[in-house]
Amino acid sequence: MGRYVIRRLLQMIPVFIGSTFLIFFMVYALGDPVAALFGDRAPDPATAAQIRRDLHLNDSLGEQYLIYMRNIFTGDFGTAFNGQAVTSLMGSAFPVTIRLTLVAVVFEVVIGIALGVVTGLRRGRPVDTGVLLLTLVVISVPTFVTGYVLQYIFGVRLRWTAPSVSPSAPVGELLLPGLVLALVSLAYVTRLTRTSIAENTRADYVRTAVAKGLPQRRVIVRHLLRNSLIPVVTFIGTDIGALMGGAIVTERIFNIHGVGFQLYQGILRNNAPTVVGFVTILVLVFLIANLLVDLLYAVLDPRIRYA
Amino acid sequence: MATSPDLVPTPAQTPADPLLDVRDLHVEFRTRDGVAKAVNGVNYTVHAGETLAVLGESGSGKSVTAQAIMGILDTPPGFVTRGQVLFQGRDLLTMSAEERRKVRGARIAMIFQDALSALNPVLTVGEQLGEMFRVHRGASRKEARAKAIELMDRVRIPAARDRVRDYPHQFSGGMRQRVMIAMAMALEPDLIIADEPTTALDVTVQAQVMDLLAELQREFTMGLILITHDLGVVADVADKIAVMYAGRIVETAPVHDIYRAPAHPYTRGLLRSIPRLDRKGRELYAIKGLPPSLLHIPPGCPFHPRCAQARGRELCRSDLPALLPVVGGRASACHFWKETLGDDNAAADRAGA
Amino acid sequence: MPDAQDPLEPVDPHQAVAPAGGYGGGFDLAAADAQILEGPAGRAQDGGPLAKPRSLWSDAWHDLRRNPIFIVSALIILFLLFIVIWPQAITTQDPLKANLAMSQAGPSAGHPFGFDNQGRDVYTRVVYGARASVSVGLCATIGVVLAGSALGALAGYFGGWWDAVLSRISDIFFGIPVILGGLVFLSVVTNSTIWPVVGFMVLLGWPQVARIARGSVITARQNDYVLAARALGAGDSRLLLRHIAPNAVAPVIVVGTIALGTYIALEATLSYLGVGLRPPTVSWGIDISDASNQIRNAPHMLLWPAGALSLTVLAFIMLGDAVRDALDPKLR
Repeated sequence: MGRYVIRRLLQMIPVFIGSTFLIFFMVYALGDPVAALFGDRAPDPATAAQIRRDLHLNDSLGEQYLIYMRNIFTGDFGTAFNGQAVTSLMGSAFPVTIRLTLVAVVFEVVIGIALGVVTGLRRGRPVDTGVLLLTLVVISVPTFVTGYVLQYIFGVRLRWTAPSVSPSAPVGELLLPGLVLALVSLAYVTRLTRTSIAENTRADYVRTAVAKGLPQRRVIVRHLLRNSLIPVVTFIGTDIGALMGGAIVTERIFNIHGVGFQLYQGILRNNAPTVVGFVTILVLVFLIANLLVDLLYAVLDPRIRYA
Repeated sequence: MATSPDLVPTPAQTPADPLLDVRDLHVEFRTRDGVAKAVNGVNYTVHAGETLAVLGESGSGKSVTAQAIMGILDTPPGFVTRGQVLFQGRDLLTMSAEERRKVRGARIAMIFQDALSALNPVLTVGEQLGEMFRVHRGASRKEARAKAIELMDRVRIPAARDRVRDYPHQFSGGMRQRVMIAMAMALEPDLIIADEPTTALDVTVQAQVMDLLAELQREFTMGLILITHDLGVVADVADKIAVMYAGRIVETAPVHDIYRAPAHPYTRGLLRSIPRLDRKGRELYAIKGLPPSLLHIPPGCPFHPRCAQARGRELCRSDLPALLPVVGGRASACHFWKETLGDDNAAADRAGA
Repeated sequence: MPDAQDPLEPVDPHQAVAPAGGYGGGFDLAAADAQILEGPAGRAQDGGPLAKPRSLWSDAWHDLRRNPIFIVSALIILFLLFIVIWPQAITTQDPLKANLAMSQAGPSAGHPFGFDNQGRDVYTRVVYGARASVSVGLCATIGVVLAGSALGALAGYFGGWWDAVLSRISDIFFGIPVILGGLVFLSVVTNSTIWPVVGFMVLLGWPQVARIARGSVITARQNDYVLAARALGAGDSRLLLRHIAPNAVAPVIVVGTIALGTYIALEATLSYLGVGLRPPTVSWGIDISDASNQIRNAPHMLLWPAGALSLTVLAFIMLGDAVRDALDPKLR
């Protein structure tokens, strides 16, 4: 187990470097961070040169990247356009997005798995066909469309919830955004659970459980579900990282000041340290979530034991 | 989830009554390509302490019959359309689902071919064995574990006390099949159905597992239905044999008679296709053609397209032969069983001479 | 519905270490699909009679013609293609013509969907918007399929060093959140054509197809008939093109069809975020973005383009789903 973790950590290093370098390259080499600082005004050449020196923009890209990474590992993510440290932006943004992600995950688990189990056990019946078609529709309608439509219906028309989230982002206000964020993944969870259940109902060990004379409930809960949910649980694990990065659209619709909001502002203003800093953290979250899922898999399925 | 100890009332029964009496059983699979008639009027009986070997190629309906008896047919697509399965005098097919569940595992148990896939991969063997006692006998967790260890000892799995916490994939093939046998034996059932119990095992292990099964059967005077396509296994342990083809029984006989002189051309074909040391150097016999599609079973005798004796005989093509008594407690579903029997008797005599 | 692997769901993340498609927020379909198709083959269905042997393609066509989902989605797509080529057939107006007097006005005679913020006819804009969406989707899909299958096939066929490098590179691309990558890339690479958007999609999309192509090639390479052909002295290029490639075609087609739908959705999302297509290009995403501020006053401005977009994406995804069901030999 220990050796496996170390091997996976080593494998993560090139991916981490590659992804962050790619973003770094796009922001620093393709864009012009200095011009961006001045917005539409023409920068004063002397000031611009000073800034270029301070930001090491005259060095080669590789050197710039190394300097940046060294700073990151000492906790220095640079300063955002308004003079705020990027870390303080992160400090306010990440808790909000993490809360939003957790709400979304709860929706995925509760609704997605429940629907998947129901359809998986009633394959070919009207419930099954109906839910399957519904998942297709949910997957097809882009998040920003569902977001606005649900916001309009529940926030504007029915007034069940605030159409936009206040800066403190309490969980109550995050319910609707969380659902919007979760919807597509929820549809995946439903389909994945359904397929997994459907596949396993024909498994030999389920037949054995029936032949043992176990009551149907026990066959389903202890034998069928226990096995079928392994891929679902691991999917949801990896999805946590994906949801955090995908929150950008949801956060814009509901005016949530989380990671996506800050990133969007950073990109619009071409604020290099914000963008690279946030993306670096997200890539890290994503990689670590993957690693944890791999380990979780070994816990859930005793057949997998990593050497 | 534990239920109260279940007791199926046993009607008055005389020792002569069979333990299991399958009567005119029909099973079909309704698939999108049509209706596949998997079992078409099977009759057989098993007495306490008796071993019936059911023989046939894959697709002959031998496993489907067993699943119908057990009540573990995949429905849909599989449906029992006609017949009775009398177990200790009561028809399993008309029982309520709950009554039937209590029979399963406790009174009739099944051993599957591939223990690796038949055991739940994510539960320890201890949990899977103990589950029998927890569900059927309402045992506590602790009692169940003790029983599991006892069972593993009984099927001679070494170091049972430690291995009870292991998962199925951590056992060797032979040991896994012993776990399966232990699970079937757990509640000392009256009847065990073993569906190709040794097919997935190495030849050396096969004999050990068969011996264990036979020994346990004697100890508890259970009925045993042994489903197999391996004639070698049958000879040692079975009391009688039923040969199945295309969902029908084509021949039944006490075990030794059938080896000496089969009364159905299909049985004869099966016997001839066993490699034999005394026929070394000669070409191995194979039955020509393939078993029929169950969607389109040929009219008349289903075996006629592959049968040398049927050549040129209109009767075989038009009339379905019934399974009728022939000689010495045997039955054959061949119009020309006398010919078949005679041929081999003569051959056996010549060989003996 | 048969119980085989479903294309519209991520498979066991453990099988493909990078999970479903990054931070897509809805655009990880193709990735999910990639994992499914490269996953282990399903168990053979037990029992049951043998089906009559027919070729994979004629069998698939036989099934498709009877599948209502296929027929409906194919009809929608044909209609879309028709208005992409010839929008004048169903509208005579100019999508760019603005009449501020009619700003946000509701439906009226000759203007069934009403007017947008700048007083442009929403119906006409919805019709013309199909052009941008479909061209981006088609071009991106073609690019992704060509680049992905070429690289994936080479990696699968030659293995070793090639394969290792390619796997690492695709891991890197999987590690970049799709929308974030799009925002960064497209905020610096800008012009008024569709090509930056298409280029970005190809850049981030190829690893998904590459994985499938690689998987199919590895499977096919071990087939007896390929080994036999090799033993008979067939060269690498002949083996790849004649014996191995045909096996990879079916999964790639399925993923391509579904990916087409997701690229259309992605284009709309990027346009909505202001970095995709830019005016004066007529795009559903831009129109939805413009309308989103006015949803309280004039919901029709949002609902029509949003409906058209969703229907289009749905049509391609359903088509891919139906084709996959038909082509999946595991179901037979």
